[in-house]
Amino acid sequence: MDHAIQFDDVSVHYGVKTALRQITLAIPKKQIFGIIGPANSGKTTLLKCINRTLDFTPEARISGKVVVAGRDVAGFRNVYELRRRVGMVFPLPVGLPLTIYENVAYAPRRAGIHDRSELDVLVEQCLRQAMLWDEVSDRLDMLGTRLSGGQQQRLTLARALSHQPEILCLDEFSIAIDPVTTMKIEDVLLELKEQMTIVLVTNLVQQARRLADRTAFLSEGALIEEGETEKIFTQPVNRLTERYVNGEFG
Amino acid sequence: MNEPFDTKSSENQYKLRGEPTVPLDDRELFTATSVERRKQVTEKIAWFVCLFATLVLIVPMMAILTYLLVQAWPALSFSFLVENPHNYMTAGGIWAPLVGTFWLVWISLLIAAPVGVLAGVYLNEYARDNWCTRIINLAVVNLAGVPSIIHALFGVGAFVMFAGMGRSLLAASCTLAVMTLPVIITSTREALAAVPRAFREACWNLGASRWQTIRTIVLPNSISGILTGVILQVSRAAGETAPILFTGAVFFSTLPEHGIQAFFPYGLGDRCMALSMHLFTLSTQVRGVTPALQYGTAVVLIGLVLSVNSLSIGLRVYLRSRKKW
Repeated sequence: MDHAIQFDDVSVHYGVKTALRQITLAIPKKQIFGIIGPANSGKTTLLKCINRTLDFTPEARISGKVVVAGRDVAGFRNVYELRRRVGMVFPLPVGLPLTIYENVAYAPRRAGIHDRSELDVLVEQCLRQAMLWDEVSDRLDMLGTRLSGGQQQRLTLARALSHQPEILCLDEFSIAIDPVTTMKIEDVLLELKEQMTIVLVTNLVQQARRLADRTAFLSEGALIEEGETEKIFTQPVNRLTERYVNGEFG
Repeated sequence: MNEPFDTKSSENQYKLRGEPTVPLDDRELFTATSVERRKQVTEKIAWFVCLFATLVLIVPMMAILTYLLVQAWPALSFSFLVENPHNYMTAGGIWAPLVGTFWLVWISLLIAAPVGVLAGVYLNEYARDNWCTRIINLAVVNLAGVPSIIHALFGVGAFVMFAGMGRSLLAASCTLAVMTLPVIITSTREALAAVPRAFREACWNLGASRWQTIRTIVLPNSISGILTGVILQVSRAAGETAPILFTGAVFFSTLPEHGIQAFFPYGLGDRCMALSMHLFTLSTQVRGVTPALQYGTAVVLIGLVLSVNSLSIGLRVYLRSRKKW
């Protein structure tokens, strides 16, 4: 039971469309777990199962069991507790229409932290981890929505870290961030994995190779292959995986 | 790409005005094709038709206002506002109806605004999209189109008789509230729906509850639309006669003109005069009223409605300038 997240025969349908097919997968604690796969392979849906944000899509039907921190997510009566344990960063950055400071302080405040000095420390720490602090430290009262796309993406990263999650899910977090900053954030992620489990969905196959301890390859909603990252990239069992990691399809 | 149009004349450059220094082939490049000519003509026609429609709207409106003002001029004065009607309403001012309208509108607003806004929040934020919600939405939209006289009859049945309020300020205010509710609900829902769903999802992902999301993100960013809807209903409530005719408005009553009593002249169970009803009475029910009195009442009523509406426009402009995305 030393797994942060377990998927047990999970299938998801949107109406008649099948998004995930019978995924059985265990994600170990305090590691970076990479998920790669072509567009429409169900990567994002898989993340949404973890913190039950799939609930917000009315036509989605889910079967099977997702276990987070030893508990079936469907059994969480306090779903807000589940969502606080899981930080999410989605590819389209959404800066809330609040100041930069309030964007990061949003989740802690909702969880009941109101002490200003405590919040100050937390906000600075999260913004530093997201490599945004140096750019915004002198204008924390500016609207988060006025930041550039890449900055907003780092803001959402800082926000996801702000409730000190046990699991951090990153869905293509770096698509709008310049390469140098991406590298810096990747270093931060490597440090963060001492504290939390990181699930990294990425279109950049090499990013998964650099960061992930284990990697799973999804295609058309099915789990094709899962294993040690090095093995996935050097000696994949499945022909499809081999072609994908070598850039021959996808 | 714009360089050729600069009129620095050198041999090689085009001249748009004046006669051709441009070689013939190049000029042909810039003559309109038949499609483009048709586009230009259509553009002109569209512009003119739209402008005409606007003028059709504005001219009668200005004419009405001017005519009213001219006719009412002899009657308009400060004392016209603060004196009760007297001599069988053939003289004096409009103090009693003015105060009556003020209280009718305020009390109906106090009832309709919270109920309407909260119902709108429920329908847009909480209710699942199923047949029941759709029926409620349909009902609300249709209610907004029900003639006010129907609301009046409903008010008589529900408030005056069934709830035992009798014909009173309270019953009339409740009837006005029922009349304005559907529009307040609809405009609230529209204002809420204009807030991008992505904001809500971002909040939910952070572990915020629905209400926390509504309170911190959704309402602050839709408040301008909600307030506009509410205020527009204020002016509608002030102008309607039918709903109060049978439920609480009275033909004639005098009020104290001075002191604190002038502003709080009656309780919820009393009847009151109202501007719209007073105008109706002056124009059709009483003999020997000088036209200036009638027009004066109309001007005050219209002025009231216009100022409330411009208040709402001003508020919307102010709140929108603070909008955060």
